[in-house]
Amino acid sequence: MGIDIEKIRSLFPVLHQEVHGKPLVYFDNAATTQKPQTVLDALTNYYQKDNSNIHRGAHALADRATRYFEGTREVVQHFINARETAEVIFTKGTTEGINLVASTFGRKFIEKGDEIIISTLEHHSNIVPWQMLCEEKGAILKVIPINDAGEIIFGEFEKLLSAKTQLVSIVHASNALGTINPVKQVIDAAHGVGAKVLLDGAQSSSHLPIDVQELDCDFFAFSAHKLYGPTGLGVLYGKREVFESIPPYQGGGEMIKEVTFEKTTYNDIPFKFEAGTPNIGDVIAFKAAIDFINEIGKEAIKAHEDELLAYANEQLTRINGFIPVGTAKQKVSVVSFNIKGMHPYDVGMMLDANGIAVRTGHHCTQPLMKRFGLEGTVRASFSVYNTKSEIDKLAESVSRIARIKNK
Amino acid sequence: MSRIQEVQDEIVSEFEILGDDKESTIYYIMELGGSLEDFPDSERIEENTIKGCQSKVWLIAEEKDGKVHFQADSNTDITKGLISLLLRVLNYRSPEEIINARLDFVERIGMGSIIGSQRSNGFASMIKQIKLYALAIQTKQNA
Repeated sequence: MGIDIEKIRSLFPVLHQEVHGKPLVYFDNAATTQKPQTVLDALTNYYQKDNSNIHRGAHALADRATRYFEGTREVVQHFINARETAEVIFTKGTTEGINLVASTFGRKFIEKGDEIIISTLEHHSNIVPWQMLCEEKGAILKVIPINDAGEIIFGEFEKLLSAKTQLVSIVHASNALGTINPVKQVIDAAHGVGAKVLLDGAQSSSHLPIDVQELDCDFFAFSAHKLYGPTGLGVLYGKREVFESIPPYQGGGEMIKEVTFEKTTYNDIPFKFEAGTPNIGDVIAFKAAIDFINEIGKEAIKAHEDELLAYANEQLTRINGFIPVGTAKQKVSVVSFNIKGMHPYDVGMMLDANGIAVRTGHHCTQPLMKRFGLEGTVRASFSVYNTKSEIDKLAESVSRIARIKNK
Repeated sequence: MSRIQEVQDEIVSEFEILGDDKESTIYYIMELGGSLEDFPDSERIEENTIKGCQSKVWLIAEEKDGKVHFQADSNTDITKGLISLLLRVLNYRSPEEIINARLDFVERIGMGSIIGSQRSNGFASMIKQIKLYALAIQTKQNA
């Protein structure tokens, strides 16, 4: 059964506005999604009724806030099918999740001469932490090449794997191109040489069903704000035995069992990794975002977004001067493109003049852009609340813009 | 040659005709880029780029009969248009005129809301670099 698009749109106040005198068409969902009213209400409710520090307060408000906070952890556990809530850590976002693994797992297990594998598709946040770690430890960063469609070359990945490989950190779905990586095969192959695997789920978590047990990944990092939730919040999943084997990330309150000036013992997971007062209000509101997704269902969301992607490809590829970038067979709802003879910044600005919000530039993937010999692209990314008539507006504007240089 | 203020008034009245339609305004800016003099390929080098612009902008200046002659280029059409507006006001003027120019057209046409904050920062960098060149030439003249 299809989704009730009008009902869904009515839940997002921000969508109902004009930009430069035109109705807003929001196609920058890969950067951040908009928030349904239920998330906004949950945030307000928390601060109006329950605001309190969690876990140790001896009063009713603290008890409520703690229950709601831990309630979100449970909802997240089910959302990604983790075995238990202890495997779910709250972070600032995907970037912090990756940095946490680099700092803790990296500190403990990466040694001189060890190898870490990433792919050409990575966001800077899944490149730079590993470069920093490799520099510090004398380890080596290896990069899986891609083909012209923007897909990793699996045979080349297999060649990179060896007994020296300690970690494979790879994006589940590319933010710049939309490519969905064959992560199950990547994980199995990496485990075959004894390496651990981190998945960057920043993009995949909003589009694809996530089952960390079936995937068997060791870490999975994602951000709440790309999932209709608040900014400044993310999740890092880790297998219990892996989380228990690595040292804490930051020191402070909450993460301790007992502190003396001579020695501190650490709390159990997940608290071992959550030093300091966490982002309580946003965690609590994040539950409303996941509830929103669960009510529609990931399959229904994926079906709707796949339909939008296919329709956009059909409409846009007809346009003289339209150059698609990234044509992988498996993609989330991202269309990256250029217009012949035009700079992506200019295209973005002209689309904005038509009320259409897209992202332009290198999308924090400069090595990937270099692989394609490009300075950047225009990226339109679709979400559950987008419609075919919005894509018609995009195609119409792109067509008009393309005619300037492609008569 | 018209005074700086007259050229600015001209620009303001052209933009007034375009009104609030953002798309036509951007088209117009892009078209203006076509009026830039051809930029010498040999000068398209890192040292001639303006720092603080997201897109690439090359700017060079030389003294000609006591006036400053600017040449500029960019890899994006909108930026070319923006710099052509600046050169229309400031090219072939004495260093002193350039240094003291109060560019009120920028605010009067509402440039900030047309090009957004990122590009506005780049635009400010262009103005700064033009004035720095004028200052350097003035210093040389007075030496």
